[in-house]
Amino acid sequence: MQPLRFATAGSVDDGKSTLIGRLLYDARAVQEDQLAAVERASVRRGGPALDLSLLTDGLEAEREQGITIDVAYRYFATPERKFIIADSPGHEQYTRNMATGASNADAILLLVDVEKGLLPQTRRHALIARLLGIRHAIVFVNKMDRVAFSADAFRELEQRVRSFAGALDFQSLEVIPGSALHGDMVVERGESLAWYAGPTLLERLHALPASAEDAAAGPLRFPVQLAAKPQQGQPRGCMGRIDSGHLLVGTEVLVLPSGKHTRVRRILTNGEEREIAVAGDSVTVVLTDELDVARGDLIVDPAVPPREARELQATLVWLGQEPLRPGGRYLVQHAGRRTLARIASIEAKLDVGTLEETQAGEVALNDIARATLRLQSPVFVDSYEAVRATGAFILIDEASNHTVAAGLVR
Amino acid sequence: MNAPVQKAFLAKRDHLDWLESEAIYILREVAGQCQNPVLLFSGGKDSIVLLRLAEKAFRPGRFPFPLLHIDTGHNFPEVIAFRDRRAAELGERLLVRLVEDSIRRGSVRLSSENQSRNAAQSVTLLEAIAEFQFDAAIGGARRDEEKARAKERIFSFRDEFGQWDPRNQRPELWSLYNARVNPGEHVRVFPISNWTELDVWQYIAREKLEVPSIYYAHRRPVVRRRGLLVPVTSVTPPRAGESIEEVMVRFRTVGDISCTCPVESSAFSVEDILEETKSATLTERGATRMDDQTSEASMERRKKEGYF
Repeated sequence: MQPLRFATAGSVDDGKSTLIGRLLYDARAVQEDQLAAVERASVRRGGPALDLSLLTDGLEAEREQGITIDVAYRYFATPERKFIIADSPGHEQYTRNMATGASNADAILLLVDVEKGLLPQTRRHALIARLLGIRHAIVFVNKMDRVAFSADAFRELEQRVRSFAGALDFQSLEVIPGSALHGDMVVERGESLAWYAGPTLLERLHALPASAEDAAAGPLRFPVQLAAKPQQGQPRGCMGRIDSGHLLVGTEVLVLPSGKHTRVRRILTNGEEREIAVAGDSVTVVLTDELDVARGDLIVDPAVPPREARELQATLVWLGQEPLRPGGRYLVQHAGRRTLARIASIEAKLDVGTLEETQAGEVALNDIARATLRLQSPVFVDSYEAVRATGAFILIDEASNHTVAAGLVR
Repeated sequence: MNAPVQKAFLAKRDHLDWLESEAIYILREVAGQCQNPVLLFSGGKDSIVLLRLAEKAFRPGRFPFPLLHIDTGHNFPEVIAFRDRRAAELGERLLVRLVEDSIRRGSVRLSSENQSRNAAQSVTLLEAIAEFQFDAAIGGARRDEEKARAKERIFSFRDEFGQWDPRNQRPELWSLYNARVNPGEHVRVFPISNWTELDVWQYIAREKLEVPSIYYAHRRPVVRRRGLLVPVTSVTPPRAGESIEEVMVRFRTVGDISCTCPVESSAFSVEDILEETKSATLTERGATRMDDQTSEASMERRKKEGYF
């Protein structure tokens, strides 16, 4: 089964660290030496005897400053499925970290404290997840123990969550009551929420589809990473990963930017022939004709080609410490190809609380803006909503080599 | 092809296929973006998996990088023999740089002859990177090993002093890896970041990969020290008052002799190891590493100094 990658967002106050700690602990992904370290740290800090939130405690550099710096990746598996958690810190640089964690996620897990209700922060996280194309959301209504596991308290909050998230058009939205502290509805059902008939958090995670299924149903997009040396008179192999759609031996394909039509002669993985490859597969493709194919070329479905663009209308999530330089030059990295770009104009900034457009101004760290980029050489793009792989790009500062923005083609 | 056929095809792909495909993609990105990469090969299980992935990524061609081992001089002989044999079988170039040479040059200074040379490897590694002007070093580190690793990028930038700055990492979105560096800087690349210890053993079983014999159960003289089984070797002699026992053990990680401990085991095959790994009650490093237990932040500090 495909692993499920999900991003979590929320602050320590919502009980996010406790929830992840509980999930790992009850899913038996925590071992005795880790537990002993948590027990020692719990005693040292004078908290409860076993504070599960300390399982996800971070770096020395973070403890010194009392902040969480960055996305942490955590792993657990059940006999049926492997799970990868991108755990984004709640307060600091939430846009930057959320975008990073969400970019590869199949689902978002949002935490809401039943006593505090739906906070602006939760709305922001949901919006950013949606902007990054996540289609499945789980809202875990935490701290049900504080309201005596009241069905009314849950249903009232669930109503508000659904009316807010409805506008975001998630393909699925599951709202689950529970208590991370006591473990109810995380892995075990517990005994206090007998009135709730829905799935536990882990059951829901098991049931969610990986986004590879969406990608496989899309049009063929195969960015060439490397061209192999020709072998014994055969046309050279094109190495890469199918990012969208599928390939069959014998089908006609279009090679960009040359615009040449040809057919797939062979598909190889590890020297073995195969008839078919789908999104997510790293393969070597041999074409019928000897074409001059190189890294950065794109092999696509001729019936549904991407659009050639010298100018990009895009949504930028600014990640750099230095603000965007209007009119400035940046490197664009898009589907295995790099070219230069100039920021031609900034149309608007987006309010991260509502995603509504506001007046354009300085675009700094954690800002989201709509901008137009002019490119030195053309790229072949789709809208991000349609095809993630050819709708996404990053901007790199040529001087510092830092990744300064995530871009989504509109 | 219609959607149900695609779905059926996807359903056949398991988590190892997914992890393998991701790792191949990452290795090819290194080849596509970097001028002069190298793959760190120690003869340990994680780097054995890396070599298999490199075969899948680049065969029938040659690897677009040489292999490099930083040899502390305190190795298990079975592992060194395996290392040389594996490199020869692949027909790829193996470079070896010795911590001993760094000691001779004076760039590594140890307080005693038998002090662990594990941390000193960083110095020799950085010297080798400078000597060959490598701009990328591919390693077998995994995020599940340790909390400092849990936050590290797949393409992880190192400045001209070889240092990792956890506060200033490049954001890493989608599969758009940024390996750009200036001369003197490099990136560390970790293709199996998303693998766990169990994934590694499942892959070794599936691919029928050979691993050095010390990964399997064997009898070995050890002493019990602070909850660990310390192998008795010329580098790690017993201390006063400690009694030597012969115990059936295997190694879960293979590193420098002076800091790697075996665990009690009766696993004589990969299948046995899979069973043991599934029911293990201690983490890989917790059960085996003397150097990670010195403080909560040992790995983080070593990494900042240029460690793997």
